[in-house]
Amino acid sequence: MTPEQRLRWIVKPLVFVLCLMPLAWLAWRAVTGDLGANPIEATNRFLGDWALRFLLITLTVTPATRLTGQAVFMRFRRMLGLFAFAYAVLHVSSYVGLDQFFAWAEIWADIVKRTYITVGMATLLMLIPLAATSTKGMIKRLGAARWKALHRLVYPAAIGAVVHFYMMVKADVREPLIYAGVLAVLLGYRVVAAWRRGAKPARRTV
Amino acid sequence: MLIRHTRPSDVKPSEITPRAVFADRRRFLATAAVAGATAVLSPLLAGPAVAGRKLDGITKSPFSTDEELTDYKSVTTYNNFYEFGAGKDDPVENSADFEPRPWTVAVEGEVAKPGVYDLDDLIRPHALEERIYRMRCVEAWSMVIPWVGVPLGDVIKRLEPTSKARFVAFDTLYDPKRMPGQQRAILDWPYREGLRMDEAMHPLTILAVGLYGEELPNQNGAPIRLVVPWKYGFKGIKSIVRISFQEAMPPTSWNIATPHEYGFYANVNPNVDHPRWSQARERRIGEFFKRETLMFNGYGEEVAHLYTGMDLAKFY
Repeated sequence: MTPEQRLRWIVKPLVFVLCLMPLAWLAWRAVTGDLGANPIEATNRFLGDWALRFLLITLTVTPATRLTGQAVFMRFRRMLGLFAFAYAVLHVSSYVGLDQFFAWAEIWADIVKRTYITVGMATLLMLIPLAATSTKGMIKRLGAARWKALHRLVYPAAIGAVVHFYMMVKADVREPLIYAGVLAVLLGYRVVAAWRRGAKPARRTV
Repeated sequence: MLIRHTRPSDVKPSEITPRAVFADRRRFLATAAVAGATAVLSPLLAGPAVAGRKLDGITKSPFSTDEELTDYKSVTTYNNFYEFGAGKDDPVENSADFEPRPWTVAVEGEVAKPGVYDLDDLIRPHALEERIYRMRCVEAWSMVIPWVGVPLGDVIKRLEPTSKARFVAFDTLYDPKRMPGQQRAILDWPYREGLRMDEAMHPLTILAVGLYGEELPNQNGAPIRLVVPWKYGFKGIKSIVRISFQEAMPPTSWNIATPHEYGFYANVNPNVDHPRWSQARERRIGEFFKRETLMFNGYGEEVAHLYTGMDLAKFY
């Protein structure tokens, strides 16, 4: 088995299954009644947590590649990004379908009036074009430069996701601050890297 | 309407299954289910953990609602009690070793009989009543809880507040060793709450020392807490160590933390939203569909007159 075959037939499917584990765990807890007194809230929070985690994991791929020189990490970026999107969609679906049960008037009022929901919805909106243009065909159609420019939307999306979390917390902001810290490091790395390359704009890839 | 005319279809309070009985039944069911090689066990069947000490001589109250009770497990595992952590399941986990006895309550301020009272001396002169109340959390969920307690008004009368006493202030215990949540400044400890004197004297307002016929579990505010059913749950200060009668409106914890979100009155009001979420509806724990939130949590007939002429959007 060549390294390429091993990657394609073993490692990638393995990572794929790993990414499904949170969902499997949630399903297990739901079936066994382990979601506590407010299972709808627990489901919604759980999916939101994982959407944010996958966003941050996705943002780790580029720095990991650069710092280790292992280009193989890049082979997982799309999959991880799509899982972030999938968990974000499930998170919003649980809000719409479970929490609000399709009470569209209330949902719209929330989006307009509640800043943290406005920010959350904007975050999802930013992720949609990224998921939609994640195929090789779309990269070709857009051209690498435009595709890259478009996919920088992931930065405001990640910031939006952390702000959304921070704003919904009542008093104990420790957890969202941890996510904010991780995001700051990941974005900070890119700023420093871009600044260092400042003299060589031709190679600017973030 | 709380003063009920009994209908034949009503579930009488006496028909509510005693906790020991249903705990036993659940344990039996759990055993049977395991024996039946059922791999997937509902935690409802697994049975609640420790049973508290039973309280005797509890009388029923006409103020009780006949709505379906929220199950014991939910009432005792889904709690906001930041002294034991900010997560809903933190209080039950982190309060397991909390020892609520002996317990004293300091009575201070504009009162004829100040002093440090042993809990029993404060409560025992009064008959314990069961009060089945709706509980509406400011986070838009609700429960129906069978509290056991005494009317705060009766206790206050015995303490003889002076004519200057316009407000009653309450403090929770401050002891970061016993209450690990207090080791970080999530809130400005100790937790503080207060009522206007007429709110405190209202017959619906109670000092609770139990629920489901047992002593109050630690995570629910052992050994003594306030219950004001027409106000958001955070007004129900837990593990009270100080009751102070005063002329000025006392500062309250959530109001100190975020004044534009939490006011002194905190009356349940579907028409005044929390800045970050609507208060028009609520999720009753155990139900899928949201319910409409009722003005004063459905206790308007009893308490609306306390707020005549007040702009409740301003005094939220």
